[in-house]
Amino acid sequence: MAEDVKNRIDTMVNKKDVVLFMKGTPLFPQCGFSSRAIAILDHLGVDYDSVDVLQDMEVRQGIKTYSDWPTIPQLYVKGEFVGGSDIMMEMYEAGELKSLMDEKSVARAE
Amino acid sequence: MTQDSKGPVQAEIETRLSAALSPTHLAVSNDSAQHRGHAGDDGSGESHFSVVVESAAFEGKTRVERQRMVNRALGDLMDERVHAMQIKARAPGE
Repeated sequence: MAEDVKNRIDTMVNKKDVVLFMKGTPLFPQCGFSSRAIAILDHLGVDYDSVDVLQDMEVRQGIKTYSDWPTIPQLYVKGEFVGGSDIMMEMYEAGELKSLMDEKSVARAE
Repeated sequence: MTQDSKGPVQAEIETRLSAALSPTHLAVSNDSAQHRGHAGDDGSGESHFSVVVESAAFEGKTRVERQRMVNRALGDLMDERVHAMQIKARAPGE
C-alpha cells in the first residue's frame, strides 16, 4: 500500500485509545455490523474515535491491507488490531472485551 | 431462493473451506433473505452468509488468526462476491 495512506491510517489508529473503522457514523451507522460494534463500545462505556470509511476510498481499501482483514468494522485498542464484528461480539459476550479495556487502561467516556 | 436450494456461491464457500481446513464440522447458511433490500443486497440472493467451522487447524490460534485462515481460504469470494460473512471458528472440543 502507498506510504502516505499507511501514514494516514497510522495516525487514525493512534488518535485515541479505542478506534473503530466503520461504515457511517455512531449516530447513523450504515451497516448492521457497524451498528452492533457501536452498541458494544457504548455499552462498555469507553471513549472512542470512529472513522467512516464510506467517506474515504483510500482508507476504505487501505485499512484492509493495513490490518490484513477484509471486512468492516475493525476495532483497534491502543494501536493494536483486535478484530471485526464477530470477534467483538464473541469477546463482549465472554466478558473478554471489558477485561481487555481494563487491562489496557483505556480512557472512559465522559 | 428457497431454504434448501443451495446457490453456487454457497457451494463454493463449502468447497474452499473443506479443502483448506479439513473441518470436523462445517455449517454454511445463507442469510441473504433476512437482508433483502438492505445495504449490500445485490439481488443475487447470495450476499449474506454465516459460517460455523470446527477444525483442528485452529488449535492454539487466536480468534484473529482463525478468522484470517477462514478469510484466506475464501479468497476473492470475500472481496468480490459476498457482502457479509459471519464467522465462528472453533477447534474440536471447544
